[in-house]
Amino acid sequence: MKFRKFIQPLEEGFLSEGDVIRAEGLTKQFGNFTAVDHISFTVHKGEIFGFLGANGAGKTTAMKMLCGISTMTDGQVCIAGYDLKWHVRRIKREIGYMSQKFSLYEDLKVWENIRLFGGIYGLKEDEIERKTELLLDRLDLRKQKNSLVRSLPLGWKQKLAFSVAIIHNPKIVFLDEPTGGVDPATRRGFWEMIYDAAEQGITIFVTTHYMDEAEYCDRVSIMVDGRIEALDTPARLKEMYNSDNMDQVFHTLARRAKRDE
Amino acid sequence: MFTVVAEDIAKSYSRKVRALKGVSLSVDKGELFGLIGPDGAGKTTLFRILTTLILPDSGTASVCGYDIVKDYKEIRKRVGYMPGKFSLYQDLSVRENINFFATLFGTNLKDNYETVKDIYSQIEPFERRKAGALSGGMKQKLALSCALIHRPDVLFLDEPTTGVDPVSRKEFWAMLKRLKEQGLSIIVSTPYMDEATLCDRIALIRNGSFMDTDSPSGIISKFDRTLLSVKGSRMPALLKALRADDRVHSCFAFGDTHHIVMNKSVSADVIGSLHSSLLARGFDDVEIKSIAPNIEDCYMYLDTINR
Repeated sequence: MKFRKFIQPLEEGFLSEGDVIRAEGLTKQFGNFTAVDHISFTVHKGEIFGFLGANGAGKTTAMKMLCGISTMTDGQVCIAGYDLKWHVRRIKREIGYMSQKFSLYEDLKVWENIRLFGGIYGLKEDEIERKTELLLDRLDLRKQKNSLVRSLPLGWKQKLAFSVAIIHNPKIVFLDEPTGGVDPATRRGFWEMIYDAAEQGITIFVTTHYMDEAEYCDRVSIMVDGRIEALDTPARLKEMYNSDNMDQVFHTLARRAKRDE
Repeated sequence: MFTVVAEDIAKSYSRKVRALKGVSLSVDKGELFGLIGPDGAGKTTLFRILTTLILPDSGTASVCGYDIVKDYKEIRKRVGYMPGKFSLYQDLSVRENINFFATLFGTNLKDNYETVKDIYSQIEPFERRKAGALSGGMKQKLALSCALIHRPDVLFLDEPTTGVDPVSRKEFWAMLKRLKEQGLSIIVSTPYMDEATLCDRIALIRNGSFMDTDSPSGIISKFDRTLLSVKGSRMPALLKALRADDRVHSCFAFGDTHHIVMNKSVSADVIGSLHSSLLARGFDDVEIKSIAPNIEDCYMYLDTINR
């Protein structure tokens, strides 16, 4: 039996005033395989932070650790003022999460999904009622209030999924490839919702395979083989890698990958 | 003679769900034909009809000269189909999967190795690994090998690159190009508009109908509006201001710029006048340029006028 080394709590001031996430040396090992290899970064309050990388670069693993779904092997992480090693449950109340694969209950009605997620996030009865009314209006779903989520077009589902992910007004929302499969106009409509949430002060942490969406982020990190190879504003990354767009930047960096997914 | 011909194919799943509302297409031998559109547009339904898995309500179609209803057995010998969700057996190894699909068509890997070599050789080092333990990119290569193992004349690929990163997507399209050069006809669907230009011809599909069918350059050449790109420091505010302008038909974010389609009757100096009206609203660092459309611009424009 291996003993884990004694875990020191984070030092005072580990997270600076204007930041909402700080990771130092965040690592995940599966046996001999280092999926996430000592990554360090900070995310500022209210920014849209793009978390890019090829399939298998370690994005999802890193995101799962940040959300407290997977435990880290090593590193120090502070999220919304709490130490990820000690206060996972507290952190979960401060964050929202939406993924392309799972976000809503298809067999529940629209209002039931809102009610369920409101309950999970600990909203009070009257607050849930108020939020439900607000969302039905804002998403133009009043007529579909009693429809099963399964029957909604994908674009509506995504908007609803995003809305319930932030129903408790979290400090950060994690979006894992939120826009896959929808038409170009709906995809852009979704990003306008992201902008609105960011304007309300919610920090957005988002992964995507659409490189035009990387341009909509305030800052972008690009992971290659478990490490963060680049992190800056899209404009500066393009300048640094002498590229016209983020697609070229991504290709330049991802081509350096050695491991096969 | 065309390898695939479809005439006015319609299919409904219920009175409410009309998946296909009468679509027609023809695909030549050695042609790479793309179905471009979002989830729910009807792409998978069309694939299932052409691969003889379901029957259309109306319309006719033939594949390799055989009728999709009468001669479905002949068609099944001649087509390779890679569904959107991988059809692999997760608890069989790589080698067992390819052997299984080969056996279904009365052949084996050895006899047809040349056909799949380009792709299969990349996963051969992992032959004994279970398919379920492969990475997404390797599963994709194995599924494509399985669809090719009986040397089909036509290959149907339903969203092979969805959820795949940009680098792997480019590699996949390079593989398709090499297959096409060997004379294979390929019909591929994708929600990624940038992949449209890699096809010989495309159909832009939306809500069960084709908005247009042509070569990518043909579709672009039909775009008859003024298209401008606009860039400034306050992009979200700029988007709202542009949408409020009555000279603007539609406006969407496009990477680091906004693309705006102007209404038909705009003056020659629309850039100058737009510039000054934006300046009056406090946007003092705006850069406006006239640009050529790409396929995504065309799709979104056709989408707005077909709605």
